[in-house]
Amino acid sequence: MIGAGRTKQYANVLDKPLSKGRQEVSLSAFSFLFSEIVQYNQTQVDNIAELERRLEDAGYAVGARVLELLCHREKGNRRETRLLGILSFVHSTVWKVLFGKVADSLEKGTEHEDEYMISENELLVNRFISVPKDMGAFNCGAFVAGIVKGVLDGAGFPAVVTAHFVPMEQQQRPRTTILIKFAEEVLRREAKLG
Amino acid sequence: MAAAINCLFIINKSGGLIFYKDCGSAGRMDTNDSLRLASLWHSMHAISQQLSPVNGCSGIQLLQADTFDLHCFQSLTGTKFFVVSEPGAQHMEPLLKVIYELYTDYVLKNPFYEMEMPIRCELFDINLSQAIQRDRVALLGR
Repeated sequence: MIGAGRTKQYANVLDKPLSKGRQEVSLSAFSFLFSEIVQYNQTQVDNIAELERRLEDAGYAVGARVLELLCHREKGNRRETRLLGILSFVHSTVWKVLFGKVADSLEKGTEHEDEYMISENELLVNRFISVPKDMGAFNCGAFVAGIVKGVLDGAGFPAVVTAHFVPMEQQQRPRTTILIKFAEEVLRREAKLG
Repeated sequence: MAAAINCLFIINKSGGLIFYKDCGSAGRMDTNDSLRLASLWHSMHAISQQLSPVNGCSGIQLLQADTFDLHCFQSLTGTKFFVVSEPGAQHMEPLLKVIYELYTDYVLKNPFYEMEMPIRCELFDINLSQAIQRDRVALLGR
């Protein structure tokens, strides 16, 4: 058929569907923006715990929105209701959309039943960041921890989420572990669901 | 086997030394000497721009002496990178560009770095050592 395969012509520009556009942003642009976020927050606080909390808050807002968006876009408006479901949603779907890859690992804590860990050898936000020695164990991954907390809270799995550096034997650089500690009610509900 | 480059300096736009690294086995320099050399180079570079017979000269890029070569690269913001190498060492410009790239990545994108201040970034050190090591390996291959 003549003209088959040609894109449909729209008389009115407003009838045209929105293009999906590029799904990626420049890593440099993001890194500079993130660097400024950290620098700005640093001027607003007088201790490191406070800085960590502010970064987490910034991430929380991202997480809440990402959950909404991805449930709609990827899961046909269905929300995960089970613990492992939501964890793998964070580990794969959320990570892929935000960082372009699945997280390096998702493990269950060995000491506590309510702890789960998502680990990343080279967390995207930490790619260019060297934390000075005098800041101790501070990790800018607090922002990502905030995102995870935002997603989990929004989905009805309240948890305390923190980011830590974990030294690795074979590597020069420590990796970042996002530690998720679920609230008691979540585990009780999960047990009831069987 | 001596390395192609002996040392690397980075000086900020007002001539202060913000980074210094010794790579070769040739005599080490103490902190005062390196600071002095950095500001000396900064002034010489500025004077050369004024004295140059060429219009729009950006300053000395290469200084050749009997015992060493000095290659300099100035970024758009006035930060200068220079390496002291063996006489006649090749491919120093690309190396300086690589070092500049590492600087923009691991120093400028680091929220804990204060502009124009001495560079103390772990990731920059690690990646710089790797780049110099790579350059050394490439040199052996040439």
